[in-house]
Amino acid sequence: MAVANIQVSETPLVLYVLRRADDALILGHRLSEWCGHAPMLEEDMALSNIALDLIGQARELYSYAAKVEGKDNDEDKLAYLRDVRQYRNLLLVEQPNGDFAQTLVRQLFYSGFADLYWRAMMGSGDATLAAIAAKSEKESAYHLRHASEWIIRLGDGTEESHRRAQAAIDQLWAFTGEMFAVDDGERHLIDAGVAIDPASLRGRWFAALSDVVGEATLELPQNDWMQQGGRSGRHSEHLGHLLSELQSMQRTFPGLTW
Amino acid sequence: MYTQALNTAESDDRALEDAAKAAQFQARIDAEERIEPNDWMPAAYRKTLTRQISQHAHSEIVGMLPEGNWITRAPTLRRKAALLAKVQDECGHGLYLYAAAETLGASREELVDAMLAGKAKYSSIFNYPTLTWADIGTIGWLVDGAAIMNQIPLCRCSYGPYARAMIRVCKEESFHQRQGYEIMLTLCRGSDEQKAMAQDALNRWWWPVLMMFGPPDAASQHSDTSTRWKIKRFSNDELRQKFVDATVPQAQYLGLSIPDPGMIQDADGHWRYSQIDWTEFKQVLAGNGPCNRDRMAARRKAHEDGAWVREAAAAYAAKRGQRQSAQAAE
Repeated sequence: MAVANIQVSETPLVLYVLRRADDALILGHRLSEWCGHAPMLEEDMALSNIALDLIGQARELYSYAAKVEGKDNDEDKLAYLRDVRQYRNLLLVEQPNGDFAQTLVRQLFYSGFADLYWRAMMGSGDATLAAIAAKSEKESAYHLRHASEWIIRLGDGTEESHRRAQAAIDQLWAFTGEMFAVDDGERHLIDAGVAIDPASLRGRWFAALSDVVGEATLELPQNDWMQQGGRSGRHSEHLGHLLSELQSMQRTFPGLTW
Repeated sequence: MYTQALNTAESDDRALEDAAKAAQFQARIDAEERIEPNDWMPAAYRKTLTRQISQHAHSEIVGMLPEGNWITRAPTLRRKAALLAKVQDECGHGLYLYAAAETLGASREELVDAMLAGKAKYSSIFNYPTLTWADIGTIGWLVDGAAIMNQIPLCRCSYGPYARAMIRVCKEESFHQRQGYEIMLTLCRGSDEQKAMAQDALNRWWWPVLMMFGPPDAASQHSDTSTRWKIKRFSNDELRQKFVDATVPQAQYLGLSIPDPGMIQDADGHWRYSQIDWTEFKQVLAGNGPCNRDRMAARRKAHEDGAWVREAAAAYAAKRGQRQSAQAAE
């Protein structure tokens, strides 16, 4: 039985909140895939913990998006009943876990950005977003520290870990540019003091990242060609598989309470 | 839980030890004193506890797999977060228990290696598959319920670190049990399809859960020493009966049928269950359960795939130590 996708009225604010919610959910989901399979029990704990923080952020953001939209949607409908073309997350967060280095490099790129972003968002004129940001910033600071420490260990560990960490950086670098892109609707919210201009964070993000990567004896790639599309629903092939798993229960048994 | 079915006391080698110390040790046990890591203890006590605690730890870690199987498919975000947190708790229990075992002189690495080599056991229950979402509710309700039944007496175990670990673990297990029951309640109040899913899960898990308490007392040869040492305070059958008596009314409240048509309530109010198929239990313990091979393969894969990460962490720590000593020498 096919279950119809919900329709979302993507006003600039709804779309803006959904994008952040989708980032958090998809990355949280990816990290949750590690649970029970991590390189050591401490990392089963840590990656689950980070996943829980992100899923928690996603829930608050979805609930707020639903409230702003003012229709019949809620956190679960937004998460479980939109298809690939309706998802608005960054391409970076949907990339597969790969090996532990790829997971941690992805986290370093994202958390380094999220930490600055949420900190700036604490000053948003939108009280709900400012409150979500205050909580998320504390969490992101921990996520960033965890990822930074691991990248340093891996980069400056063994020959093999160095090679894997560098390969992960090279593989994922092209997905970092999308974090700083802004469209017209978002520009309007930035001007209104609701949203954060990510471009204003880029210098600090790059400087902090360079410090970590340098200490890890790794290098950031020179190429500056960046992939984009996630924000408007043009995703990699990976997202569809993630969603088919995430949404399988709601798609198989429509309209029930669980 | 998860060890009762498996622990066997070591052969009694107290004769080799100082008889006076042994007598003093037993007197402390009889006086309900806690034995602490630095206290003298018989070698067989140490060995029995190391085995029991490490089996318990392995069970927590292997037990992450059947439930972890549903983290990415949980039906709502609330359920997804709760399940992930629950599986994370189990990992925490594993870590906590390995630490308790280490107080007896074993290292986590050697204990884990023994498990991965197939030389150490874990609870038979985790060798069954989780096929539907109702299995997640059923595991919380019944498997964690059975675990609590076994672990509450272990909070008074004579070995201090184990007893203290159990106090904390029991609190979390009891939360998990309520969470599992709440999943079942939601299913049973839902559509016919959901209720059928709940009944099917109960049908599949009921008998394996009863087996978690271990062989019947008549066939259990090794309980004497553990009982004398106050590691074990109730027999397998006593605990199993307590569990059944507590569970039957819960199933009735859900409107589910226990898959045991011969079950009757006796004059004392106890629910008498039918004969358990111990052949199945022995087969699962022997490695022939539906998921034994998958579980071991998953744990070995995680261990092997993670080797380079652990090596990197060790290499980095060594380098950092060298740099610090070099700086201190300047």
